[in-house]
Amino acid sequence: MSTALHIEGLKKYFGAHEVLKGVDLEVASGDVIAVIGRSGSGKSTMLRCINGLEPFQQGRIRIAGHVLGEGPQNLRVLRTEVGMVFQSYNLFPHLTVAENITLAPRVVRKLPRARHDELVDKVLSRVGLLDKKHAYPDELSGGQQQRVAIARSLAMEPRVMLFDEVTSALDPELTGEVLKAIQELAETGMTMVLVTHEMGFARQVATKTVFMHHGRVWESGPSEEIFGNPQTDELRAFIEPNLK
Amino acid sequence: MIQDFGTDGVIFLARGLMWTLGLSVATFLCGGILGLIFALGRSLGPRWIRLPIATYIELVQATPLLIVVFLSFYGLPFFGLYLPPLAAASLALTLYATAFLADIWRGCIEAVPRTQWEASEALGLSGPETLRHVIMPQAIRISLGPTVGFMVQIVKNTSVTALIGFVELTRAGQLLNNQTFQPFHVFITVALMYFAICYPMSLWSEKLKEKRNVDSTAH
Ligand SMILES: Nc1ncnc2c1ncn2[C@@H]1O[C@H](COP(=O)(O)OP(=O)(O)O)[C@@H](O)[C@H]1O
Ligand SMILES: [Mg+2]
Repeated sequence: MSTALHIEGLKKYFGAHEVLKGVDLEVASGDVIAVIGRSGSGKSTMLRCINGLEPFQQGRIRIAGHVLGEGPQNLRVLRTEVGMVFQSYNLFPHLTVAENITLAPRVVRKLPRARHDELVDKVLSRVGLLDKKHAYPDELSGGQQQRVAIARSLAMEPRVMLFDEVTSALDPELTGEVLKAIQELAETGMTMVLVTHEMGFARQVATKTVFMHHGRVWESGPSEEIFGNPQTDELRAFIEPNLK
Repeated sequence: MIQDFGTDGVIFLARGLMWTLGLSVATFLCGGILGLIFALGRSLGPRWIRLPIATYIELVQATPLLIVVFLSFYGLPFFGLYLPPLAAASLALTLYATAFLADIWRGCIEAVPRTQWEASEALGLSGPETLRHVIMPQAIRISLGPTVGFMVQIVKNTSVTALIGFVELTRAGQLLNNQTFQPFHVFITVALMYFAICYPMSLWSEKLKEKRNVDSTAH
């Protein structure tokens, strides 16, 4: 398996506050990595560094053939290879579902109009929302909006997908449909890094789980081992109340 | 020559109204173009651009419009620049509209959530592409109500240019009154003409604001 994402010694400061204190992580193509940890441990910041939304001070990130952290970057090219889905969906409210999906392919990739329908159908069918093509985001439930956000990301044909607590803003009865969409995506072999509070889902879907604590990768390994046989007190204290 | 206020008087006022409208449109166009540039600079530019624009906006907003008009008409000759009333009026109103529109539109650009920028940039759009396809369409929608509301202010405020002798609707009313000595008839007609222009625009502005509130709460 080739390496899809390699993070070495990543350090990130907000002012004087050191948020990431030297993070190392290797993700092979087709891996599904769950990132767990307390609020404030730096999970979101790590994801945002990976696709260049946050600059960082030290370390290197190699992703899909690009290296971040060595001089000026072509972030635009990088971002077309890395998809990101946010907790708050962040769909464009003034555009229909189809327009949300085709905006980046049209503007960034110069995809000709004749190919738009085909693309929209392809990605919407992957999240089971073919019938919502012409709806506006505010006509959809939270779960549907989040599935559209996933489809919008897929439309750029990323090699790696990043998910930041994508079910945390949803009512409990709506998380299932989004998790199902992610799981189906995992089964297609998509490389994914997902920050999540859904421990059951992480254990079941992720090939590997990373526990972050105080800006470091505190413990990582195959999901079965992380959840079944945690080595550190911090991880035990974190997962025990969650598994009950 | 004393004459009665009749059809001729109404025609004279209507001509004044045309100047009021012409001056309003010119003010809105010039102030709109500059205001847009200033709004973009104020909300997205680097510090050395943001600061002078912010100062300009504060300064103009804290100065009575009449003083800006007087400065353009009586003040500029001090520097050897003599403007006729129409030019001085246009300049003063443009300076005024630029400041207010820049401030209104800056607020609208900043009202689009930060996360919209992030989502767009995460998809690979550049800053200008994000502005054009994601931010501006939303900001424009937010701005419609307040913008039409400010157009009403422009129409009403063109009346201060009467004080430098520009014959728009208010000045036309004064002149006519001096001839007819029928102030009630003259100025009620002037008021009705302002009302006929401003009231529909106010209603329209309220409707746009309401629509936006409905849009943003709909789910
Ligand atoms: N834009 C920011 N400015 C300053 N501090 C920030 C910013 N974003 C995050 N932080 C801080 O960085 C730390 C890690 O945050 P985050 O990566 O969001 O954690 P997590 O996603 O694990 O909850 C927190 O202490 C948070 O307060
Ligand atoms: Mg977070």
